[in-house]
Amino acid sequence: MTATDTKAREKQATSEAPILSGAQMILRALRELGVEVVFGYPGGAVLPIYDEIFKQDDIRHILVRHEQAAVHAAEGYARATGKPGVVLVTSGPGATNAVTGLTDAMLDSIPIVCLTGQVARHLIGNDAFQEADTVGITRPCTKHNYLVKETADLPNVISEAFYVATNGRPGPVVIDLPKDVQIEKAPYVRTGYRSHRTYRPQVQCDEQAIRTAARLLAAAERPIIYSGGGVINAGPEASDLLAEFARITGFPVTSTLMGLGAYPASDKQFLGMLGMHGTWEANHAMHDCDVMLAIGARFDDRVTGRIDAFSPGSKKIQVDIDLSSINKNVPVDVPVIGDALNALTQLIAVWHEEKLGATQPSLGEWWKQIEHWRQKKCLSYEDSTEVIMPQKSLERLFALTKDRDPIISTEVGQHQMWAAQFLGFDKPNRWLTSGGLGTMGYGLPAAVGAQIAHPDRLVVDVSGEASFQMNLQELGTIAQYHLPVKIFIMNNEYMGMVRQWQDLSYDGRRSESYSESLPDFVKLAEAYGIKGMQVEDPADLDAAIQEMIDHDGPVLMDCRVAKLENCFPMVPAGAAHNEMLLPGDVVGKPKDDEALAVV
Amino acid sequence: MDGSMKEIGPIARHTISVIVDNEAGVLARVIGLFSGRGYNIESLTVAAVDTTGERSRITVVTSGTRMVIEQIKAQLDRLVPVHKVGDLTMEGAFVARDMALVKVSGTGEKRVEALRLADTFRARAVDASVNSFVFELTGSADKIDAFVELMSELGLVEVARTGAVALSRGPGGL
Repeated sequence: MTATDTKAREKQATSEAPILSGAQMILRALRELGVEVVFGYPGGAVLPIYDEIFKQDDIRHILVRHEQAAVHAAEGYARATGKPGVVLVTSGPGATNAVTGLTDAMLDSIPIVCLTGQVARHLIGNDAFQEADTVGITRPCTKHNYLVKETADLPNVISEAFYVATNGRPGPVVIDLPKDVQIEKAPYVRTGYRSHRTYRPQVQCDEQAIRTAARLLAAAERPIIYSGGGVINAGPEASDLLAEFARITGFPVTSTLMGLGAYPASDKQFLGMLGMHGTWEANHAMHDCDVMLAIGARFDDRVTGRIDAFSPGSKKIQVDIDLSSINKNVPVDVPVIGDALNALTQLIAVWHEEKLGATQPSLGEWWKQIEHWRQKKCLSYEDSTEVIMPQKSLERLFALTKDRDPIISTEVGQHQMWAAQFLGFDKPNRWLTSGGLGTMGYGLPAAVGAQIAHPDRLVVDVSGEASFQMNLQELGTIAQYHLPVKIFIMNNEYMGMVRQWQDLSYDGRRSESYSESLPDFVKLAEAYGIKGMQVEDPADLDAAIQEMIDHDGPVLMDCRVAKLENCFPMVPAGAAHNEMLLPGDVVGKPKDDEALAVV
Repeated sequence: MDGSMKEIGPIARHTISVIVDNEAGVLARVIGLFSGRGYNIESLTVAAVDTTGERSRITVVTSGTRMVIEQIKAQLDRLVPVHKVGDLTMEGAFVARDMALVKVSGTGEKRVEALRLADTFRARAVDASVNSFVFELTGSADKIDAFVELMSELGLVEVARTGAVALSRGPGGL
């Protein structure tokens, strides 16, 4: 087609196009893009959009109680469905409150489209009421952002925003919408292209790179697969292929925090999570391996520990859709750019085509070594009949819920690490946690989003008493929409991870880490019309958990756990993977200021 | 950074060309990337470079280890309005020029000497008064440094200069 043809067609399309207000265009474009749910909070600069929401039934609006929670709920929705989460907030404080959620989605590569209101175009730059430089503030914490200055641009900007949020490495995209643009009328023309002019991420892997990787893996005597959130982002089929690749190769698999569920936790080839609170066997296998296949994982500092001592003897293959993830922290030998689904498809094809399985060395010795590490039983803990051990509470939660295939969200801290260690996930999209940013207060709204997406599933927010208080206003959202979310607060009366670090690295000076003046959680729940429960005696734990999950509606459980338990294993400050601490190890203070600064 | 591999290897200066959509905020994205990730900017120039004004070329001179330079290019490339990223330092020979305007004030022998040196450097006087000149000078950063250094003894008032603009040698383009 020539440029003239295109122009003529566009002109014709424009002349036939319906004339809509900006707000009508937004609703129409969202509907055309398949959006079913929007998480939001109204305000002056988005009133025209809310008025259009009022007039229609296709798109469901979920009213949260704080804009940060709107983004986390959209993240939970996205993680639990694989679809982009959509957020609508007002200008100024609405947008700035959303920033923590956007940054969280950026770090964890979650597809989010966030619509923010903005003051009218002629007021921009005047310090108008509820004005903030939203595109300026969100530039570093979004994958991309737009300020829409022409009403007629809306349909294509919204299409493009969804394309950018969901293609390549997913992430949050902000569309800033001046109020007068929402009111003004213009012809609605969505030219239909859902791809950006130049943003075309590479998803197909280079054939030669795949062959090099496959041959290297086939020759490995001590291989390991180090899988991350990218496998989950590539869709459930990628998780199936990961399992198939592990099966045909016989390789052990470890996972990052974000990647849990991509490989079945119950499989014997799974070594558990790696990293700072990873398992003894996973971290030792990473340290001693000769060939590492990193797939959809980014070698972050919580995974690598001391970076110059990270897996020193291995050849490293890294599959990532984002070129900037390669060689960022750790030099890799075989970079493969592409999406995890394609990479695994191609790897499996080459493995069969070149009959690489037939030439593989025996992995018997390697597995024997791994079994030896497993014998450490690094997650074991001393149980008590006096007090509920936090690990025990999760072991029982897992045992009593696993048949119901639950979706679990977490907040951030000790409870999150224990949840990663003790709750097994056999399938993707069931584990919602804030990995990169480590946002306390993520779990409750994320559970809201997941429950909205899956009204009939069991959704549990594994929480701590400190994190819970960071977004507890969302109990209102849970009550309003009758969401049967189960909030399992592991209450140890401390910001436990802070307290643990203070005990290990600051001579036990527990500066400001005690959760003083806690509310009565049962009464708090009841104030919202939610069932509140408390359990303190280990003998009552099972019955309490059973009652929680059997209840037809939301439950807030105040589970009183041992106050001073530390989370192990642990790679201490400035240490290497093979210098992990286990319970009972004498803990030395960090060796020097440099080590202290890494944490 | 703790024992980071980023610090291993020599630090080299690279001249990087970036073709971007000429849209609001694109320069802020590029500069924000450098400041947010702690990369160094030695100089940066930007202007629209096609007839319709849709594309701009940013020339940035930066320095870092091999891994850091690789990161800079990958990070630039994933910005949505970025079309192409070229590392002129890696891709063969290239020409790079800065431009400077140098104001010198003086009379008598110093004024004559300034004019003579300007001639040697092939600088042009683009403004003149009875006791001042503004010289226009293009060349490598080193050449401009040398000229400014000389003028400082001959009544230098002030200097305005661009960063480098650069293109690869030969028929190929970015």
